[in-house]
Amino acid sequence: MTAATLFRAEAEPRRLLGVLASQEALLAIAVIGLAIVVGLDNPRFLATRNLSDVLLGNAYIAVAAVGMSMVIISGNIDISVGSLIGVLATLSGTLAVDGAPTAVTWLAPLLVGIVVMGLQGVVIAYLRIPAIVVTLGMLSILKGGLISVTGGKWITDLPDSFHLADIELFGFVPMPVFLMIVATLLAAWWMRYSARGRAIYAVGGNGEAARLCGISQRRTVVMVFALHGFFAGIAALLYATQLRVIQSTVPPNLELTIITASVVGGVSILGGVGTVIGSTLAAVLIAEIASALVFINVSPYWIRAVQGVLILVTVIADILRRRRMAGA
Amino acid sequence: MATDQARSEASPPPLLSVRDIEKSFPGVRALSGVSFDVAQGEVHALLGENGAGKSTLIKIVSGVFPPDRGEVIVDGRPVNLERPDDARRAGIATIYQELLLFPELTVAENVYMGHAPRAGLGRLDWRAMREKTGELLASLEIHDLKADRVVGALSVGNRQRVEILRALSQDARILIMDEPTAALTEYDVTRLFDIVRKLKARGVAVIYISHRLDEIFAIADRVTVLRDGAHVATKRVADTDSAELVQLMVGRKIESLFPKITVPIGEPVLEIKDLERRPLTKKISLTVRAGEIVGLAGLVGSGRSELAQTIFGVTPAEAGEIRIAGKKVEIRSPAQARALGVAYVPEDRGTQGLVRPMTVLENFSLAALGKVAFGGFIDRAAERKLAADGVKRFSVKASSLEQVAGKLSGGNQQKIVLGKWLANQPKLLILDEPTRGIDVGAKAEIHRLMGELAAQGLAILMISSELPEVLGMSDRVLVMREGRIVAEFSRAEATQEAAGAAMMGSQEAEKAA
Repeated sequence: MTAATLFRAEAEPRRLLGVLASQEALLAIAVIGLAIVVGLDNPRFLATRNLSDVLLGNAYIAVAAVGMSMVIISGNIDISVGSLIGVLATLSGTLAVDGAPTAVTWLAPLLVGIVVMGLQGVVIAYLRIPAIVVTLGMLSILKGGLISVTGGKWITDLPDSFHLADIELFGFVPMPVFLMIVATLLAAWWMRYSARGRAIYAVGGNGEAARLCGISQRRTVVMVFALHGFFAGIAALLYATQLRVIQSTVPPNLELTIITASVVGGVSILGGVGTVIGSTLAAVLIAEIASALVFINVSPYWIRAVQGVLILVTVIADILRRRRMAGA
Repeated sequence: MATDQARSEASPPPLLSVRDIEKSFPGVRALSGVSFDVAQGEVHALLGENGAGKSTLIKIVSGVFPPDRGEVIVDGRPVNLERPDDARRAGIATIYQELLLFPELTVAENVYMGHAPRAGLGRLDWRAMREKTGELLASLEIHDLKADRVVGALSVGNRQRVEILRALSQDARILIMDEPTAALTEYDVTRLFDIVRKLKARGVAVIYISHRLDEIFAIADRVTVLRDGAHVATKRVADTDSAELVQLMVGRKIESLFPKITVPIGEPVLEIKDLERRPLTKKISLTVRAGEIVGLAGLVGSGRSELAQTIFGVTPAEAGEIRIAGKKVEIRSPAQARALGVAYVPEDRGTQGLVRPMTVLENFSLAALGKVAFGGFIDRAAERKLAADGVKRFSVKASSLEQVAGKLSGGNQQKIVLGKWLANQPKLLILDEPTRGIDVGAKAEIHRLMGELAAQGLAILMISSELPEVLGMSDRVLVMREGRIVAEFSRAEATQEAAGAAMMGSQEAEKAA
């Protein structure tokens, strides 16, 4: 072997359209492309009314997916978030009906969300129990507890002031959309530019290496879960206030939709890779597909199958990418 | 040439013959034209330093992966070993160091896993399985093991016997044992030797891999020495002695390496006294001074990495004293060690050093985030400068700072792991196998960097399994064996033979004899 071959440049030929090949760009193209294709078939799909309904009705999923993405990037998973959102929405609605000040009704789900998720983070990090087991337990506790306490009854007669989702900023920006965008951008910026955000990627990418670099794996995991709880609290508020009533049960399969948004958004299920911008775009895409199915006369029940296909395709692509990297 | 020699020395016709095997992995030539053969009823020892190619060779013979060139001949017929199953059918069985058993199953089930006797309708014949296992046990005169015991509850020695039974149940005629005594008690070693002698009497050929020279003299008929992936010699055990074997194993030229430049040695940076962390760090005392490179030699499993991890706070010490720059300190976590100016480049960069999905930039700044982050936020410009300096200083070949680190070659990954720690400006650098698995060019570069760093006053403690590297780079050489420091050599005194003998413990063995 000569020195020349030993020191061969390892620069890969820069992929054409390298930037466009990122998951975020692909999703953005898919969101716009789908709107155009379905719009050509049925122009009513593009009506402002419909598009805003799609966004308003699903913003809470995108917000919850921001926290979920952090959890998955840190190398964990959470399947209790759907149940937690149900509990927090009920809690907030009940407080509102009981006449609690609006600020309390809005802050309570945030605080309770942080505490519940933070506790799960402590169990996962300090007792070293896999996240899937801990959050499965919490899922059952919350779901069972909620139905037992409330009997699944509807919460009605909510005061007008409670309806956070009805607020329009500057007279035209609906609160859910505003919160979705702000939560996504703030989280994206924080994850990219803060030392703690970087620690999440390091812990998820290689926990052992992170530990040897003096990054506390445990504290990072607890922090990630607490943040996830905060975003779940915002999601619960949006979910609770979008209609005039709250059904005090857990929305079916909500956690799966949220995880799907994260994974389709490019967050690696193996940890260490992904962005919250991707997961928000994916949440929007999934909502858009669900709506589009109606407009092209396909049963909306297909949305689950479509989600399934999306999740498998992205996970397979991610695993293949990792293998290639490991083989290099 | 070596082939002819090996062949002519074997008196009976060989049962297994390995001819001109070559095997390369990306960046490393693991085997270059290795030949040896084993006769029926012979115990043939394979000897070599870590990385000499023993494991690769036995993996080829066991069908784990095919050779690039060369052939394996059993009973005079070339066999094609594509998969482990091919080796099994050729009558070759391998007992790896980490025993591959099913702990929840019984002895009989483990022995017959995959080839259980069948009764009608394809049912497993449990009775026959138990009876045949009993017969095998009786044939080896093993009386303290029952066919229906659960394997998980057995001692290491007994588990190994189960593996041997398993090999015999498949009518293996060639048995490969990879460091079979590494985890055994003395009593179990004696019993193993009894069994090996019984197998030998039955005509089974045994390929025996071990670092322990006294064992080789006790059990083997012939010994083949490998060095740097090449066949060095095949000797009758009766015609050689341990000094000659050590010489054959380590006798390598050092000229290809970058020698350490002489620099003034300063004050002690690391002083440890009677440091203890069971089971592998026993009353260790040593000093490393500014500008000094202290080499820590020893075999794998001698406790060198464990010592490094104890100093670095990964597995904090249970007793003893650590002083950094003269001040007594307590190190309970890597974060504390880092704050005290200690850096540790781990042995296994894949699992311990590099965050593969992260970019080169992010990996470089990971251990020094405190230096580039202000108020919790990372100053991207400072970070970029830090990484760019590191890439330049360590000549990392990457297409850009944004390249994913996992895609780089081993040598470049190692440079990043090294550079990441130096970004923190440490006083003491602990390097664990700094050049393992990287090519010669990258190796020379890392050696050059180590010399430069020492010249700048850094104290370096280097663990390496390659004696020439230890001897070429170190101002002082410490040798560890079984958790203790057993020898110390100055640069002038340190020879491959002396250090090798201390590593192997052959001095002691000879003294005792």
